[in-house]
Amino acid sequence: MAYDKFDVLTSRMVPLSTENVDTDQIIPARFLKATERKGFGDNLFRDWRYDSEGNPKPDFVLNDPTYEGKILLAGRNFGSGSSREHAVWAIYDYGFRCVVSSFFADIFKNNCLNIGVLPVTVTPEFADELFAAVEADPSAEVEVDINKQTITLLSTGRSESFDINSYKKQNMKNGFDDIDYLLNLKTEIQAFEAGR
Amino acid sequence: MEKKTLFDKIWDAHVIKSIPDGPDVFFIDKHFIHEVTSPVAFLNLEKRGTKVMFPERTVATPDHNVPTIDQDKTIKDQLSRMQVEKLRENCKRHGIDLHDLGTDHHGIVHVIGPELGITQPGMTIVCGDSHTSTHGAFGTIAFGIGTSEVEMVFATQCIMQAKPKKMRITVDGTLGRGVSSKDIILYIISQISASGGTGYFIEYAGSAIRSLSMEARMTICNMSIEMGARGGLIAPDETTFNYLEGKDLAPKGEAWDQAVAYWKTLKTDEGAEFDLEYHYNAVDIEPMITYGTNPGMGVKVRESIPTTEGMKESVKKSYIKSLDYMGFKPGEPMKGKKIDYVFVGSCTNGRIEDLRTVAEFVKGKKKADNITAWIVPGSREVEKKAMEEGLVQILEEAGFKLRQPGCSACLAMNDDKIPSGKYAVSTSNRNFEGRQGPGSRTLLASPLTVAAVAITGEITDPRDLIEELALEK
Repeated sequence: MAYDKFDVLTSRMVPLSTENVDTDQIIPARFLKATERKGFGDNLFRDWRYDSEGNPKPDFVLNDPTYEGKILLAGRNFGSGSSREHAVWAIYDYGFRCVVSSFFADIFKNNCLNIGVLPVTVTPEFADELFAAVEADPSAEVEVDINKQTITLLSTGRSESFDINSYKKQNMKNGFDDIDYLLNLKTEIQAFEAGR
Repeated sequence: MEKKTLFDKIWDAHVIKSIPDGPDVFFIDKHFIHEVTSPVAFLNLEKRGTKVMFPERTVATPDHNVPTIDQDKTIKDQLSRMQVEKLRENCKRHGIDLHDLGTDHHGIVHVIGPELGITQPGMTIVCGDSHTSTHGAFGTIAFGIGTSEVEMVFATQCIMQAKPKKMRITVDGTLGRGVSSKDIILYIISQISASGGTGYFIEYAGSAIRSLSMEARMTICNMSIEMGARGGLIAPDETTFNYLEGKDLAPKGEAWDQAVAYWKTLKTDEGAEFDLEYHYNAVDIEPMITYGTNPGMGVKVRESIPTTEGMKESVKKSYIKSLDYMGFKPGEPMKGKKIDYVFVGSCTNGRIEDLRTVAEFVKGKKKADNITAWIVPGSREVEKKAMEEGLVQILEEAGFKLRQPGCSACLAMNDDKIPSGKYAVSTSNRNFEGRQGPGSRTLLASPLTVAAVAITGEITDPRDLIEELALEK
């Protein structure tokens, strides 16, 4: 499915430093029953965000008005566990366009790139700096530039480059998904299949 | 000649095209689907006006959110019912084989694939489910994908994948009494952590792995994802061929001989290189249990929860958060902790050998009063065998409740939920917060350990009971 193009994103960050956040936390299984992609943002981090009565838990970062932005600053090994793309739908639908972490789980990262959420892997040291910056000043902004493949903390000018292969980069910049590419290869695929 | 790993051999044979500084266009032999991660893929496919390119390469079954009682009746939960009905409609419209509720081969997708002989060495297999890695036990490249990729497979039978790095984990030696393949994999994950396999595809090797049955191998490959690896595989051998011979969809006659001849070439060449290797000795492995909220947080049942000594502050924060959720403290012994539920089932340990292990152990005994004991067979075929072999009667006499096949309390999408705050020792694969129901606390263990816990009502090293029994005799 097509998504919004990604170019240069300048935004504040929402910090969630917990390590090993699995996709069951991002969206619990009981909210996967939809047959359409609708309303997943409402249940993002459901059981950390709301109590069993459905009241917001004031100590959870998404309920803290101090923090806002289109960038989720996450702890190490973010998105582990289940392959549910619903986790990334929830992140996107909530309003995040970019997740920054020192380490991502594989399938989660793939899913991000397939639906237009940019996963930015930074060094553990830079991640610590970003967490410290947003703790000291919640309005601290970063600039994520997909063209230059850099992430910059604007208050200090400290910058790091991040990896993304040029194929996926073009997709993200243009809002393309892989199916468009694959559908153009139908003849090759037919021939390959026939030989199996 | 270039020396190749088993993984290279299968991967390279399925690449249609490599994009420079990009992923490979990767051909998929078999695609499994279920009701939860397929509906949006079908919907988007139809929006594009595209059809399923090779419907015969996809097989469907509803497993994730189906009830495990009264499967012959209409599903009560409206959303679950809608997903299952959508799956039926979509399969019908696109000409996809569906093993529906109540039919002979209904079950968890990763249980029925091997049972039917669909899963065969050398294949590439994907499914919108991370435990697709299970099929690696047959020497396949099998891994979980997201819904966008499910749509890609429908539309083109391909996905775009960068080739992962290669890891080999060798386990040599003979397993001790009371130690099973679940303990091997929980031990490995406790050693290399819940993220130690990220970016890799694993080959499991060594004499301890070779000695395992196919079902035990599936348990190991199944949990490859729990250390972050995309998947794990085991080279096919006589055990594999014997398992597959005569299965409904396995090759027959001359085709069988040809297939076996090919399958015998599917092994890592001597001298082929891996990016990372680990070696373990089977004698160091004992019955394992998890104490935290990711599968890497595991210890030997007879051990205590690790203390925070020497932990980095950021790590310590997440560690304590995890233990707080579990209601545990650093340094506490695992043995003797009171448990409320036991769950035997899932694509990890819901097969007939698992049920046999539990039945043999609990035969003539009664579960503890404080324990609610659920057994959920992985498929109708497992259920049927359990009945034929008299296991159901043994289990029921011991106080276990036998339910109908499905994913059930492994992820608690249906009504099989562990109540908030309660402890469940489970044969499943994930101990994440709320995985078995909001607020539930999960400890992962082998079927044998789960059986021992069911009898004593507390965390127990199954070997202690085996020894007691031996003394009584």
